[in-house]
Amino acid sequence: MQIYLPIAEMSVDVLLLLGLGAAVGFLSGMFGVGGGFLMTPLLIFVGVPPPIAVASEANHITASSVSGVLAHWLRKGVDFKMGLYLLIGGMAGSSAGVWLFGILSERGQIDLAISLLYVIFLGIVGILMAQESVRTIRRRRRNAAPAKRIRQPRWIRSLPLKVRFHKSRLYISAFLPIGVGALVGVLAGLLGVGGGFILVPAMIYLIGMPSSVVIGTSLFQVVFVTANVTFLQSVQHQTVDVVLAFFLLLGGVIGAQYGARVGARLPGEQMRGLLALLVLAVAIKLLLDLVITPDDLYSLQVTGAAK
Amino acid sequence: MMTRRLALPTLALTALLGAFLFDRADAWAQGLVADLSDHFVAITAGFTGTDVLLFGAVDEVGDIAVVVRGPERNVVVRRKDRFVGVWANSDELTFGGVPTFYALAANRPLGDLAPRPVLERNQIGLRNIRLNAIEPDVTEVEKARFADAFIRLQKKQRLYSDDLGAVTFMTGKLFRTRLVFPSNVPVGIYTVQVFLIRDGEVLSAQTTPLNIDRTGIGAEVYLFAHRHSAAYGALAILSALAAGWLAGQIFKKR
Repeated sequence: MQIYLPIAEMSVDVLLLLGLGAAVGFLSGMFGVGGGFLMTPLLIFVGVPPPIAVASEANHITASSVSGVLAHWLRKGVDFKMGLYLLIGGMAGSSAGVWLFGILSERGQIDLAISLLYVIFLGIVGILMAQESVRTIRRRRRNAAPAKRIRQPRWIRSLPLKVRFHKSRLYISAFLPIGVGALVGVLAGLLGVGGGFILVPAMIYLIGMPSSVVIGTSLFQVVFVTANVTFLQSVQHQTVDVVLAFFLLLGGVIGAQYGARVGARLPGEQMRGLLALLVLAVAIKLLLDLVITPDDLYSLQVTGAAK
Repeated sequence: MMTRRLALPTLALTALLGAFLFDRADAWAQGLVADLSDHFVAITAGFTGTDVLLFGAVDEVGDIAVVVRGPERNVVVRRKDRFVGVWANSDELTFGGVPTFYALAANRPLGDLAPRPVLERNQIGLRNIRLNAIEPDVTEVEKARFADAFIRLQKKQRLYSDDLGAVTFMTGKLFRTRLVFPSNVPVGIYTVQVFLIRDGEVLSAQTTPLNIDRTGIGAEVYLFAHRHSAAYGALAILSALAAGWLAGQIFKKR
């Protein structure tokens, strides 16, 4: 069954959208990640114009993250003070991201920017995750003691303007969460991702938050930042397709249920290894697309009414 | 001075009258009548493209060429180049006021219809669409390369087509053709031009408008998003929050 997407101005198969939603939902339920970093490239791959894909995916992530935040909130798994500092950076960063998005698409460089940023960030995160899971699996084989926690880089402790975060039991510079939030915000505005794949490692290794509040607090930031991206993209570029977001959500909630069940059966380090492979696979696919000579060197963009 | 002042309104009036008379009854004097099965194509939620039937009659045997032109827009054509191993857009050319949709149907190959200057003058055929670059300083060779790419890409999206031979004569004087609009057809006012050609000359031409527009919920959503974009954004967020919360509730109980 075909459905006409009113903002994307194209008709797509409903089953394809539900399937995409379910597949990405399955993986995100299994690995506990948002899945925006998989969904945006997939949407572009099936022919949704990049500006629509990015903006609508932000809208989809708001929807798919909200019940997670509520669940973690009830379990007291959200550090609201930390979330607020992350958000200060996140709001500024995502606004800048959406603004940059407009400039880049006017210049015809947005596709390149999206692909390059994905390759860089997914590449780094994927390699780090792969390294860590290989290390833990090896150590497990040798029956050695668990690794000592990765230390915060020293320069971080010398940053000024320290603030106390009771819930996370931290006394750190306010610049740290604001900076992390801003970086992730820029990515959210440009790439249509929640940014969990950067945010969660940054919260653990850079900020040093206890794992009990990491997921809840990151979801808290993700909901507000993607809402901001949705709003700004709507106002500035009219690129949010609510029909597209709705069908992705519909497929996603069903897929996530099954993914969570499968994920619960797999041991942690294997899961992390699998996720690392998945992240690296997306990065490599995007890198190849950038490097291999394209089928057609030319592309079109309709810019507006003729005078 | 006096004659000029009089001449202008008189000319305008004559032109208006002419346009009026030309439309239907007088068209027979031109040797050609044609009409569409539909003058409005509605893009609804389930739109997957559509066909519109064009039919007509000529008073004497001749050739028919039908040109459908979509609303005109500026289109940027970009060419990728390799920078440190990565393919990126570099050179670009903007064609001003080009039709976003173009379809040609005729009852015989273009070369047999009329000599090239006649086809060019009437923009009959993909190669004869007037493509004017907005950038002034561009060589003819470059312009031709970008124009070729533009037409090739439009054809690939099924927005440009030249389905020669698609006009069929049923008797010697009645003809018909099927105009195909794909699902990605741009909205706007289209013109359907029918040319009657005999001995390589355009004897008469008739232009019929065709309106392609969104209707139903899709149209409402589109207009709302463009006219009240802040309210649309706020509603998109609220409905995402509500839908996400609802989905969470439904699956929590299981």
